[in-house]
Amino acid sequence: MLTEKTLEKIEQIQKNYHSKKSAVMGALMAVQRDSGNNLTREDMEAVARILEVNPVEVHAVAGFYTMYNWKKPVGRNHIQVCWNLSCSLLGAEHLISYIEKSLGITVGETTPDSLFTLSTVECLGSCGTAPMMQIGDDYYENLTEEKIDTILADIRARS
Amino acid sequence: MEKILLKNIDKPEAYKLENYVANGGYKAVRKALEMDPDHIIQMVKDSNLRGRGGAGFPAGLKWSFIPKDPTIQKYLCCNADEGEPGTFKDRAIMDNDPHLLLEGMMITCYAIGASIGYVYIRGEFEYGAAKLEDAITEAYEKGFLGKNIFGSKFSLDLYVHRGAGAYICGEETALLESLEGGRGQPRKKPPFPALAGLYAKPTVINNVETLGSIPAIIEKGPEWFKAIGPEKSPGTRICGVSGHVKKPGLYELPMGTPLRELIYDHCGGMRGDKKIKAVIPGGVSAPMLVEADLDTPMDFDSMGAKGTMLGSSAVIVMEEGTCMVKVAYITNRFFSHESCGKCTPCREGTSWLTRVLHRMEHGEGRAGDVELLESLCGNIFGRTFCPLGDGAVMALRGALKHFREEFVYHVAHKKCMATTE
Repeated sequence: MLTEKTLEKIEQIQKNYHSKKSAVMGALMAVQRDSGNNLTREDMEAVARILEVNPVEVHAVAGFYTMYNWKKPVGRNHIQVCWNLSCSLLGAEHLISYIEKSLGITVGETTPDSLFTLSTVECLGSCGTAPMMQIGDDYYENLTEEKIDTILADIRARS
Repeated sequence: MEKILLKNIDKPEAYKLENYVANGGYKAVRKALEMDPDHIIQMVKDSNLRGRGGAGFPAGLKWSFIPKDPTIQKYLCCNADEGEPGTFKDRAIMDNDPHLLLEGMMITCYAIGASIGYVYIRGEFEYGAAKLEDAITEAYEKGFLGKNIFGSKFSLDLYVHRGAGAYICGEETALLESLEGGRGQPRKKPPFPALAGLYAKPTVINNVETLGSIPAIIEKGPEWFKAIGPEKSPGTRICGVSGHVKKPGLYELPMGTPLRELIYDHCGGMRGDKKIKAVIPGGVSAPMLVEADLDTPMDFDSMGAKGTMLGSSAVIVMEEGTCMVKVAYITNRFFSHESCGKCTPCREGTSWLTRVLHRMEHGEGRAGDVELLESLCGNIFGRTFCPLGDGAVMALRGALKHFREEFVYHVAHKKCMATTE
């Protein structure tokens, strides 16, 4: 079930376009944000009903773009480490192994307490400050092992 | 040199409307609104401004394709789906100086007769999207957007549309599909977007940096703009430098600045003073150059003559000792991951290339693999629906052209000749 808050957001997003279908992407993201960063089949069908589009078209959108989390649940802090060229040249793979060891999981996994999910991603447009990663909405740049220790410790302390 | 695009970047709170105005902003759009729209298009044509997204298409010419019939709805879409690996220039403008982009969009919309504009920003740029939305809200509140802007007959609504993770949406027709709420797969051209774009209406799609250059052209004139850099490829360019240089970052320089000057004078040279092995001059799709090419001016035509492209001016610098098989593998893995799946040569070809490069890189290369790569390239290049597959091939062919022996060595010896790995 979508909350009043989410429904209001979807209503607002629709005003940006001449076509309801154009609001599918924004609506899915609004639902995902309000549902602990995850998206279910039911959510997609609800979006389809609200925007009066065929559910298969909403599933198609959710399946095409990488930022919709529906294949498997992601943890409360989604760590996405860039492993494209500029970051790789400055040691991204090493940092990925370091985070894997630090969290006790491998890429694609979620910690048992659901605090962290670790993923690799392609270029996030922060190449001049490589290596970098994104956690939630935030970019963390010019990474070193020490910086990663501090970032992970801060998140653990906050939760 | 006078900066055009990054002039406000280091000023405090440059993203606020009042500060943008205090820094001389929104003068150009006031001037434009007193001019005939066709005159503005002519000025942009005369300036020789070429598209900064990568293709270098003349911006004024693109605008002139839009039908003049005032009864037809027209759209402007700003392509802010910055995703070409190595590129981080548009993000800097949106994060720090969003009103520069809005002013460029206002002038462009007035010139082409569009009353609605969208900024298609990549989904990961949460910060930039929020800054743009705040800037748009502020612009409405102060009468810079909405009905009858500055008391003129011109009305304009601008919106932010966020992507959700798909490199292909930087291709203009895929961007339109995505804006219409579908999978971001490219459309067949023709019809071109200038005739049938967003919702099948005439649409101009311009990059952030292109639109950011417009206010200066209107304010100071096309002759002033054309005097910066080479006449056929003028203006300034934001070069985003990454990799093994001492000072990576963004450098706004006159078009045509040689790579050597960029790397040694502006970026402080190479980390550890090592030699340069290769330089990718315009995002990973652009074939790499080597030390002997460093005096090539960074403009569209000079880079084209060298068999590569200026692209997004994303310069990735690699030092001696970098494994080119690994570079090729990472690059192709990216293209394979981002292939939209619409056409077979790209979908199957890029993933096949990646599998071959993966086994080479991991010491499991087989006899004939280098030839297999070359054969696959021939079956992808020029046979795909959009330029993504071509980009993958151009990148790989660039690496093979200069460093074929490294690929052969990897297969024969199951290890790298460039590194100690």
